[in-house]
Amino acid sequence: MSQSDTQQIPQQESPLTRPSGQLDHLADLYRQMLLIRRVEEEAARAYAQGKIGGFLHLYIGQEAVAVGSIAALKPEDYVVTTYRDHGVALAKGMSARALMAELFGKATGCSKGLGGSMHMFDAQTNMLGGYGIVGGHIPLAAGVAFASKYRADGRVTLCYFGEGAVSIGGFHEGVSLAALWKLPIVFICENNEYSMGTPLSRSMSVEDVSMKALGYGIDRDRFFVEDVLDVEQRIGEAVQRAREMSLPTLVEVRTYRFRGHSMSDPAKYRTQQELEERKKKDPLFRARVKLVDEGYGESRLKALEEAIEAEVADAVEFANTSPEPDPSLLESTTYDGPFAA
Amino acid sequence: MIEEMERDERVFLMGEEVGHYQGAYKVSEGMLEKFGERRVVDTPIAEGGFAGVGVGAAMVGLRPIIEFMTWNFSAVAFDQILNNAAKLRQMSGGQFNCPIVFRGPNASARQVGSQHSHAMEHFYATIPGVKVVAPAFVDDAKGLMKAAIRDDNPVLVMESETLYSLKGEIADDLDVVPMGKARLVREGADCTIVSYSRMTHVAVEAAAALEKEKISVEIVDLRSLRPLDEDAIVASVQKTHRCVVVHEGWPYGGVGAEVADRVQRLAFDWLEAPVLRVATLDVPMPYNAKLEQLCMPQPDRVIAAVKRVVNRGRGRG
Repeated sequence: MSQSDTQQIPQQESPLTRPSGQLDHLADLYRQMLLIRRVEEEAARAYAQGKIGGFLHLYIGQEAVAVGSIAALKPEDYVVTTYRDHGVALAKGMSARALMAELFGKATGCSKGLGGSMHMFDAQTNMLGGYGIVGGHIPLAAGVAFASKYRADGRVTLCYFGEGAVSIGGFHEGVSLAALWKLPIVFICENNEYSMGTPLSRSMSVEDVSMKALGYGIDRDRFFVEDVLDVEQRIGEAVQRAREMSLPTLVEVRTYRFRGHSMSDPAKYRTQQELEERKKKDPLFRARVKLVDEGYGESRLKALEEAIEAEVADAVEFANTSPEPDPSLLESTTYDGPFAA
Repeated sequence: MIEEMERDERVFLMGEEVGHYQGAYKVSEGMLEKFGERRVVDTPIAEGGFAGVGVGAAMVGLRPIIEFMTWNFSAVAFDQILNNAAKLRQMSGGQFNCPIVFRGPNASARQVGSQHSHAMEHFYATIPGVKVVAPAFVDDAKGLMKAAIRDDNPVLVMESETLYSLKGEIADDLDVVPMGKARLVREGADCTIVSYSRMTHVAVEAAAALEKEKISVEIVDLRSLRPLDEDAIVASVQKTHRCVVVHEGWPYGGVGAEVADRVQRLAFDWLEAPVLRVATLDVPMPYNAKLEQLCMPQPDRVIAAVKRVVNRGRGRG
């Protein structure tokens, strides 16, 4: 599924003469990751200014997971994720404006300001939402894949969750039914090593999450996220299995969040040294280094980065100046159609 | 269900034992043969799982009917109903809806003990985003089921194991019974009984006994708990000036308290007596047959409540 599989030009030894198609593709993935990073940083700033309320769970550090996996999808495919949903929404194609306005609780947000940080939905890009109850969305995602199989529409569903969800019933029931009914879905466990403040060693008897697939008789994969293109390729294999054979896969993606669990979490459960070590392996940074090394050109990168800055600034401005939702929305968004006959 | 599945390809039935076993209570008898395994889907024992599957399928355009073998087991799927089905539309800003039916037998059966005798409608009727119906008669059971399947919102259909054997005529031209409309089961002048599901039959029995004592009872069968037909309740109380609510389930809060609130708020000036409630006693349901009957609302308790409000009114007037 990766570009290299379909690339007709023979691979060259020198990185400088790498096929431009693949470099452009990597640049696009870098652009998406940078957009997520910068949106999240601005969201953190707006949160500190009191413009965003409630919970705010940032995706900083994990960008390559959403961007790489969604790069393996077609536009009509579905994604379902947790409350840490900003990255997935942007990677699926939702606009930074709609996201930032939702965070600001404005009527122009994707959910008209009624959902907030944890509930990003975008029907146009088949972003089927962020869900706030750990594991509760996993059976729902299996249901979306059930509908695809029922209608034979050839679509694939990606379902993201953290390793903290692996201990709750929703995970097991969702995976169990998807396995039983052979549903076209990929379960992606974003293992960022901390279930809120609890490290893996204190939350799971078997740290290898992908082992759970064995009990359900489905395929599994497990890898550390370093290169966004690797994510695309590895998830792509599972997507292909889902699309062509209607078989589910459980993929454990080892990643790391650079911020606390949410804005109220100073993350005292890990050392500064650990964090700094991980930041050196930042897939976003690595993608940029790769682009430079392989000759994408510093000036083109600068232009790309400036465009992102402008896009993020525009999103913040848009969110700032957008109107609040009208109370008249409350009834019409609770029931579809008249409440009583 | 069969008529709606013939009518709409998007409708399917899913639950434990609905297919090959023909339904734990034979509700889905013959449906597997008629529609095949694609549309009559047997599930493992995983209510949270298959309720969630239904919600996800509904979200992208199918119209699932999810059967709980009994509503008691929906407790482990409560999260899917409360947090997903009821919230999807609002938290997506109206982009997605959830046209799903959850159905199954509710409340007490016969000597099935505390874990299998819950009147779950009281929990669900408080949730904005869902609709809850509880028919007492066969024609309403059919008409409300059709309305539920065609509705674009989550609808919870509370059936009754002890009413599954009830027989009755259904008009050939019966189509949909609209939700939110109560049924006037019996007209009367002295007291209104508000009830639903099996308790409507208890109310009918009580009313027949009271008639012999020259007390005329009007019975309003709610049929639909959310939306609630407060106009019908208020109109009846304005006529009789007294109200007794009869339902299964505990007396703390619940549908009866909701009805009582609306009556005191909307018909205060017409009331001759406080609104009384006849509910299940405030204890877990016991297994022992006599104690179970003692806990459940019976005609004698309904009769006593009606007499109390009628006599109070007369004493003052």
